[in-house]
Amino acid sequence: MSTASRNPFHDVVIVGAYNTEQAKMLPDRTEADLLIEAIRGALDNAGMDKSQIDGVNTSTWKTGWSSREGAYLLGGRPSWTGSEHGISGVLEAAAAIATGQCESVVMASAQCGEYVDRSATVTWTRPSNEFVECWGLYTAAEFALIAQRHMHLYGTKPEALAEVASAIRMNGARNPEAVMYGREVTPQDVLDSRMVASPYHLLDCCINSEGGAGIVMTTAERARDLDVEPIYVLGGTGDKQGMSYVTAPVWDRYGDVGARAARIAFEQCGLTPDDVDVLELYDPFSFEVIRQLEAYGFCKLGEGGDFVMDGRLRIDGSHPVATNGGLMSFSHAGVTQLLQKPIAAVQQLRGEVPEVLKVPDARVAITSNGGAGALFVDLMMLGKDKP
Amino acid sequence: MIPLPTPTPLSEPHWQGCREGELRVQKCRECATHLFIPQPACTNCLSQDLEWVLSSGRGRIYSFTVVHRPQQVSFEVPYAVGIIEMEEGFMMLSNIVECPVDDVAIGMEVEVEFRKMSDEITLPYFRPSA
Repeated sequence: MSTASRNPFHDVVIVGAYNTEQAKMLPDRTEADLLIEAIRGALDNAGMDKSQIDGVNTSTWKTGWSSREGAYLLGGRPSWTGSEHGISGVLEAAAAIATGQCESVVMASAQCGEYVDRSATVTWTRPSNEFVECWGLYTAAEFALIAQRHMHLYGTKPEALAEVASAIRMNGARNPEAVMYGREVTPQDVLDSRMVASPYHLLDCCINSEGGAGIVMTTAERARDLDVEPIYVLGGTGDKQGMSYVTAPVWDRYGDVGARAARIAFEQCGLTPDDVDVLELYDPFSFEVIRQLEAYGFCKLGEGGDFVMDGRLRIDGSHPVATNGGLMSFSHAGVTQLLQKPIAAVQQLRGEVPEVLKVPDARVAITSNGGAGALFVDLMMLGKDKP
Repeated sequence: MIPLPTPTPLSEPHWQGCREGELRVQKCRECATHLFIPQPACTNCLSQDLEWVLSSGRGRIYSFTVVHRPQQVSFEVPYAVGIIEMEEGFMMLSNIVECPVDDVAIGMEVEVEFRKMSDEITLPYFRPSA
């Protein structure tokens, strides 16, 4: 149906990408302090100065920073502001740059200090919603309700889920910047870990952590003056089917969320799943990765469980997933991890990753945020080569 | 005490029904779709001509999960959360009670069991059908 032209983002590039320290807790930091470090780090990585910035998107979780506060902090001259998080915010900024509303955008996000009552699950997993909270639900259980239905319909096995979790966690284990650096996990380790919400064992679930991240985007023309490798925004969009964590996560309704977004993103850049070298898929829970492989067209519906076996998702496999360790083992800090998917892709495409985590000849990456349990997906393709 | 829902003007008829031992949901007069969670218009045809009707309170488990790590300490683990596909076609979340968690299964027939939690809130749990 869509006749979207090639390269709709008209040479919008990411030129800076930066993560602060990520840790289970950063008791000596504040969100403002992490945010500022992320902004400065991203600008430095881009080789740009704040005087060159005319667009901003900033957010913190607990202290509730908005982009307008970020604009003020940067001296008031960033006049364009974005309001979306993660990939949605990157696409929002890309559209603003592509339409000439601004030229260079810094985007940053940070979280710390939110998780204090450790007897409960962290607050972002359990918003106080009328028809959900009283049943003891939280994100792991909501995503589990999606996984269980798929396992019932297609015979998907716990071993497939464990393979996904192990593959991703082994990347984090070998990434010095990851929260879970050094913590190797086999599929059997996943199956042996205590059950959280069936079928999800502890190690099928992402961590929670603290930290900040930032990126800088500009035009390819502006990037020519910079001594960095620009990464091109090839395409992307979002599927948002309803409110997260407010109503029952029904597989029949939401099981293919993101399929439309992927189809549009591939059409925008004239590529197919076979052209993708790196898959920075949102990995809040192991089955959600399997679900996305099916929904985005990497394999057929119901066949994702078999697809992930034989090491396909590992760094040296045909479909390397969450190469920095993902939400499972790199970091999950408020909404900062949404932005860390594009950052992981940029770093991988630039080869700015530990040797042992390098995907050979990586030229095209797919990135995603969201999930069926949350009723939304934002998706974006990035590339090393000018389209 | 577990966290209890806060009714809204939109949802109050549902919670009143629960207090009276009846599972009440909206039904669209134009396309006959039953709606849950309460909405200001029909999510199938957008009609605002909605009425509150009585559900049979019977359905089948569509999906479930057994939770071992509690959302917060007031929930006693393990507990089963289910999505129940009701006879009338709508879906609702609840806990499956009066059933060992290991016996909960997709396809199991269940029926509503009301439990008073406070003066304001009675919750609709589900137990295996007799």
